[in-house]
Amino acid sequence: MLKQYSFEKTAVQSFADNVPLALRTENLQVFYGANHAMHDANLAFPKNQITALIGASGSGKSTYLRSLNRMNDGIATVTGKIWYHDVDINEPDVNIYEIRRHIGMVFQRPNPFAKSIRENIIYALRAEGIKDKQVLAQRVEESLKGAALWDEVKDTLDKSALALSGGQQQRLCIARSIAMQPDVLLLDEPCSALDPISTVKVEETLAQLREKYTIIIVTHNMQQASRISSQCAFFHLGHVMEYTPTAKMFSDPQIPVTQDYISGSFG
Amino acid sequence: MNAKQKDVVATIAINVIVATVVGILFFLLAYILISGLPHVSWSFLTGTTDSFSGAGGIGVQLFNSFYLLILTMLISIPISLGAGIYLAEYAKDNWRTHLIRSAIEVLSSLPSVVVGLFGFLLFVVQFKIGFSVISGAIALTFFNLPLLTRNIEESLSAVPRNQREAGLSLGMSKWKTEIGIILPVALPGIVTGIVLSAGRVFGEAAALIYTAGQSAPVTNFADWNPMDAASPLNPLRPAETLAVHIWKVNTEGLASNAAQLSAAASAVLIIAVLLFNLGARVLGNYLYRRVTASK
Ligand SMILES: Nc1ncnc2c1ncn2[C@@H]1O[C@H](COP(=O)(O)OP(=O)(O)OP(=O)(O)O)[C@@H](O)[C@H]1O
Ligand SMILES: [Mg+2]
Repeated sequence: MLKQYSFEKTAVQSFADNVPLALRTENLQVFYGANHAMHDANLAFPKNQITALIGASGSGKSTYLRSLNRMNDGIATVTGKIWYHDVDINEPDVNIYEIRRHIGMVFQRPNPFAKSIRENIIYALRAEGIKDKQVLAQRVEESLKGAALWDEVKDTLDKSALALSGGQQQRLCIARSIAMQPDVLLLDEPCSALDPISTVKVEETLAQLREKYTIIIVTHNMQQASRISSQCAFFHLGHVMEYTPTAKMFSDPQIPVTQDYISGSFG
Repeated sequence: MNAKQKDVVATIAINVIVATVVGILFFLLAYILISGLPHVSWSFLTGTTDSFSGAGGIGVQLFNSFYLLILTMLISIPISLGAGIYLAEYAKDNWRTHLIRSAIEVLSSLPSVVVGLFGFLLFVVQFKIGFSVISGAIALTFFNLPLLTRNIEESLSAVPRNQREAGLSLGMSKWKTEIGIILPVALPGIVTGIVLSAGRVFGEAAALIYTAGQSAPVTNFADWNPMDAASPLNPLRPAETLAVHIWKVNTEGLASNAAQLSAAASAVLIIAVLLFNLGARVLGNYLYRRVTASK
């Protein structure tokens, strides 16, 4: 049986007014029908930093992340506010397609389109109305370089993306996201289907991307969280229990549930 | 019996059953081809039929079969594509969708002779269109729609969900994702289904006897204006197809060589249907390689 922890005692940091924020949620709640999967999440994400979301399976990390770019539309009911550039993007009348171009997402299982490598990157750009061949070619090169994939695929851009390895596919998915030139990049366990070497490559890629993007990454791997993130939020049964700088979370967790989770004596 | 012996017995039983089925199929095919092919000649394939005795070639019927097939597909593909996309992507899981699904199921299990009689009463008699290519094509559409719709829905649903998420997460609309990402992946399956259903439509007789009619008036193959009464493309002329012709020659053929005529026509029909099946495979594989850029 899972040990009972109080949801009253949480340790969630907020930021000083001079810290530029990319995204902030206020009392975000998510319901899958009657299942109340996320309770009052109040998290702020500083610009150009990597924030990790950790927690046990089913704790609501994906649920929370998918709400941020409205991928839960039509799947779950999301209440509360999501502040992005002083706009509450959880309002029903915001343009969700526009939002998703600013807030990109990479999924747990690599999901390249069944098209060529080049088409994977430019398909959505063309749908957005960018037709200039030179611009498109430039975006392909820039985004593949950004995802540290360019050297491996530059001679095979017209080959099927499905022929790439899992790690290459995942970096292609990252490239596809950053080709849209988003502000924020959401990643849901991007390395869980990858071998250690591909994982290192993806982590290196993220470290570089931090200079340009704000990154929010769900991970099951605590070493990964401590290697790459600046802050870390711990989720438990649909509650955000603790949110502190990563170094602090792993050396000095504030509340019992986090202590138990990090020391591995959880549940 | 231990597990291993059971396994052996089951394997043998399954092999025997498969061999029986394949054997019957091959026997049938061989029988039809061997008894029919010797009577197939160029003049048989292109000649015209004597309308009284049923003797003579099957040129017009062969043309009618293809024309009717194309017309049927022109009507049924867009409708079933819309219906399939709707059911796979947009329909909510509620009683209305269940009702639509049940209706499609019922439609697909209607005997084709009933569909034919319905077409006869509605188009031929009620709307006074008469025995015509267009009446036949509409009847065949009824017969074809449920299967095509199901095939398209299944092909679309078989595309992994994460492809849809990928499209949506890049800010593409649901429709754009559907048409640009999902449909190409599903296309080989859809095309295979279309070609297979084309084979079925091509061989259909019962639905056509009372709709497209049982006569194949000689047409003027030099006149391709669909408005002219004598044009082969005129959709309002009666058009006996190959399958109907076989049925007719067998039931009321007065020609002395009626048996040979129907055997030959059957062989041609079977070959055409086999070609459709083969074509479905080849085209499906080819399209898959094209759209996915895999060699
Ligand atoms: N599409 C859905 N429909 C209904 N319930 C869902 C759906 N997705 C998630 N849930 C429920 O929401 C809760 C949180 O799930 P979520 O996927 O967010 O967890 P997670 O922290 O991402 O877990 P994991 O680490 O296994 O990915 C679970 O109880 C789950 O059953
Ligand atoms: Mg998850």
